[in-house]
Amino acid sequence: MARDVVQPAAVSGLHWRAMLTWMQQKLGDWPLFVLFAGPNLVLLAIFTYWPLLYNVYLSLTSWDLIAPVKPFVGLTNYRNLAASAEFRTVLLNTAIFALGTVGGTTILGLALALLLNLRLRGRTLARAIIFAPVLLSGAAISVFWINMLDPRFGLVALPLRWLGLPVPDWLNSPHWAMVAVILVYIWQNTGFSMVLYLAGLQNIPHELYEAARIDGAGAVASFRHVTLPQLGPTTLFVLVVSVINSFQAFDLIKVLTDGGPVNATTTLLFYIYQQGFVAFNAGRAAAASIVLFVLLLGLSLLQLRLGERRVHYGG
Amino acid sequence: MAAKSWRLLRQLPWYGLMLVAVFAIGLPLFWVATGSLKTTREIYTFPPVWLPQHPRWDNFSAAWHAAPFGRFYLNSIIVTLADTAAKLFFALTTAYALVFLNIRGRNLVFLFVLAALFVPVQVTLLPNYLTVGRLGWINTYFGLIVPMMPVAFGTFLFRQHFRTLSREVLDAAVIDGCGHWRLLWDVVLPMSRPVAVTVGLLALVGRWNDFLWPLVVTNTVEMRTLPVGITYLYQVEGVQNWGPIFAGTLFVMVPVLLVYIVAQRWIVSGITSGAVKG
Repeated sequence: MARDVVQPAAVSGLHWRAMLTWMQQKLGDWPLFVLFAGPNLVLLAIFTYWPLLYNVYLSLTSWDLIAPVKPFVGLTNYRNLAASAEFRTVLLNTAIFALGTVGGTTILGLALALLLNLRLRGRTLARAIIFAPVLLSGAAISVFWINMLDPRFGLVALPLRWLGLPVPDWLNSPHWAMVAVILVYIWQNTGFSMVLYLAGLQNIPHELYEAARIDGAGAVASFRHVTLPQLGPTTLFVLVVSVINSFQAFDLIKVLTDGGPVNATTTLLFYIYQQGFVAFNAGRAAAASIVLFVLLLGLSLLQLRLGERRVHYGG
Repeated sequence: MAAKSWRLLRQLPWYGLMLVAVFAIGLPLFWVATGSLKTTREIYTFPPVWLPQHPRWDNFSAAWHAAPFGRFYLNSIIVTLADTAAKLFFALTTAYALVFLNIRGRNLVFLFVLAALFVPVQVTLLPNYLTVGRLGWINTYFGLIVPMMPVAFGTFLFRQHFRTLSREVLDAAVIDGCGHWRLLWDVVLPMSRPVAVTVGLLALVGRWNDFLWPLVVTNTVEMRTLPVGITYLYQVEGVQNWGPIFAGTLFVMVPVLLVYIVAQRWIVSGITSGAVKG
């Protein structure tokens, strides 16, 4: 009796196993591949690619995030953006912010990397301190910089008063707010480009310097003819990554100035946030997102192209 | 000895510059750290008082009680750990499948993963908010965690590394009857520890500091994470009470600084290996 009960189970087990081998022969590593990579790929599809498509669709509607229907309006949102003086200000702000932050962090980062690549005592500690702010919360940094930038008792006022210069009300002045935000950004992110440049410097082959010395090059000449050209690819990389990062700056602007005063520090990303989550203008926010996406994609592709060309010339 | 001191003298200007740089970056950090122990009167003095006369440790408890920091910590820890673990797991399994499983079209799949790097988080902000809303996840841990789980960059780093692993060791393991699952955890992962540490740390720091997504996807004080929470403290205390506000910013920053002190090398090497932040 008991055997009769066991028998069908064993047979079905056999079937099961036979089916597995059959599947393995037929499908190879596919089932395993789906098991291993599937979840991540599905999540990427849902939370990275689908939003991109959905954004394109939203940008063609005028929707307030609440109404059950999303009225289709074609390219109206893009046309409105193109015609809007506010959006032109936003693009200009984005450009100024990018120029100021990328210029500042790249030049200072390179200078610091050159300095801290010398054999100085304590340079490891100096590097560590200069890099530390990169890892800190932008929100927390902004909160204490509000104190530092206070025109009456803030630390930033101190050197200005020593020099007898006027002290602006940084964050409440339409002229100085952008300067202040850029300064805080540079303070936080210079360590990032410094670290990239340090890696670039350490990748320069020693033989090049020796060859330069044998050719009679002094310190200055070998810097001009070896160090600088060899840092070319690093510089390209630093520039592109820094521009992309600066386009994505949000927490500093939100906490330091909330985009103000009077839109003076509203950059593209902040505008998207405002239109989407404060003004509930989903269509316009989506259209602005697509503009941001195209800009960033263009930059990334430019980097790939330039990077390729460099490799060709180098080879 | 003379040569040595001559060298030191010649390098004096460089030491001066180094000092200036360290001061410029370090002074604001010193300012917060000491400010967290100052009285309001000491903070409102110009020219500034550098060191508090009588350290006011009360500022920390005042900050802790002015906003629900216990909750903020809990939320930040849950979200950060869950996302870091998920990212590590997904990056490992996806990269393993892309390198060690023989299927046709896996380069196409890799392209699918890689292209995600070109989609900035900000473009996905509004649509993901709507997706999360449709799932009923607004103001929940699911909403905070799940949309941030997919991982492209970590997958890329692991794939780069896996392709350098010695085929012989892996083949030997296969001959020993090791299945792919065990091969991944017992052979490949131990040989990839530096990459795993890097991917983990970048995810850890990025999620801990993330501000925009938690700001958008949560709407009650109880569900906020630390970076959003610190702005509450600022609103509650206004500019009246800087001591506790300084103390509160330290609540957010000190955990990351501790991780940094322990794991500086890995973090820096991670950033230079790919240089994508967050």
